[in-house]
Amino acid sequence: MIGIIDYGAGNIRSVGNALNRLGQPFFVSKDIAELQGATKLILPGVGEARSAMTSLGKIGILQWLTTVNVPFLGICIGMQILFEHSDERDTACLGIVPGRISRFDETKLKVPHIGWNQVNAKANNPLFNKIRDNEYFYFVHSFRAPVGPDTIGITQYGEAFSAAVQKQNFYGVQFHTEKSGAAGIQVMKNFIELC
Amino acid sequence: MLTKRIIPCLDVKDGRTVKGTKFVDLRDAGDPVDLASRYSDEGADELVFLDISASKEGRKTFFSVVERVARAIQIPFTVGGGISDVVDVLRALDAGADKVSLNTAIVEHPEFLFEASAAVGSQSLVAAIDAKRKGSGWCVWTKGGSEETDLDAVAWAQEAVRRGAGELLITSMDSDGMKEGYDLDLLRTISLCTSIPVIASGGAGTREHIRDAITIGRADAVLAASIFHYQQISIIDIKEFLQTNKIPVRL
Repeated sequence: MIGIIDYGAGNIRSVGNALNRLGQPFFVSKDIAELQGATKLILPGVGEARSAMTSLGKIGILQWLTTVNVPFLGICIGMQILFEHSDERDTACLGIVPGRISRFDETKLKVPHIGWNQVNAKANNPLFNKIRDNEYFYFVHSFRAPVGPDTIGITQYGEAFSAAVQKQNFYGVQFHTEKSGAAGIQVMKNFIELC
Repeated sequence: MLTKRIIPCLDVKDGRTVKGTKFVDLRDAGDPVDLASRYSDEGADELVFLDISASKEGRKTFFSVVERVARAIQIPFTVGGGISDVVDVLRALDAGADKVSLNTAIVEHPEFLFEASAAVGSQSLVAAIDAKRKGSGWCVWTKGGSEETDLDAVAWAQEAVRRGAGELLITSMDSDGMKEGYDLDLLRTISLCTSIPVIASGGAGTREHIRDAITIGRADAVLAASIFHYQQISIIDIKEFLQTNKIPVRL
């Protein structure tokens, strides 16, 4: 069964609602023993990197997260903390994906980046199965991930940033799949069925 | 490309959608969950629900509406109306809302914005400002447009950004419900002197009004109520019109 990691993130209910819509059984837990039994894991996220890392530390799963070998999906902050470091309150992150999270340039752009923007997805990545080219997804964030070898989706806001990444079994999306209408639901379905 | 957002707004009183003119004279406009689903299907980019219930019973009903909405739709939505402390903010987000809109409480207790942004982050906080023309500027009104304050709306918008707001929802009380267009001067003035997204509100009557709020008023999103409730203009019509005017929209 799919496990949603419960570390106090604001969008757990929305992610659960989306899974319900897909008729997909899941459990929500902060207990490492229970989470170890999940066939797939989702790390939701709203808010900022430091408090996310602190909360994950408090429930005692930081070390374990880097060793997870089932398909894993990080959403928003859940994706950002897969990287090595975030400039948001100078926070050391999980280091699964190389790179550093930094803030959008406020002198040139409105920050946060809020709204529906297009994702240019890497061809044939299972996460974007049945998703049309340059589909719109919903974003809300002030910090962004660089484009690198693990990038599987690129979005433009002032410059290109990683809207989605994959490193082995670890997937991450900056946009909110649970709030991106039919396209977002399709991405969750892809994660469940194909990843 | 980041698109401009079309946001239907639902005023909710005792669990029903209502809409008035210039903040009074309320008419029933349907079940909020039905309306939310309809708007989501028709291409709304986000929704806003404002609780205008006065009673405790009405407030309780409102949170159950929020939970039902969160189960029914997969687009972001904001809730507001009477949210006055961090407990209320968390309660709204726990019920499934993505953002909260804060108005009177942050005027009366500006430190509340700091506290809320520390608790949930700026991205979930919309500072709602009800502004009315006064002299050569605009002054801030609170309590659903019933009380004048001595705050200047533009200065207060800048202050709200400093205190941790992630978006500004700017309602012109002079234009609200009149369907004669948004207050473009107000929008443009605030949009040009702040660094966060601005949502235009109050006055939409035609597609041109919405276009002008974006092109002249520099709004990042436009909110409207009555033109959608009574099906005068469809969301798709507006978006196609904006697209022919070279404004990026999600279609």
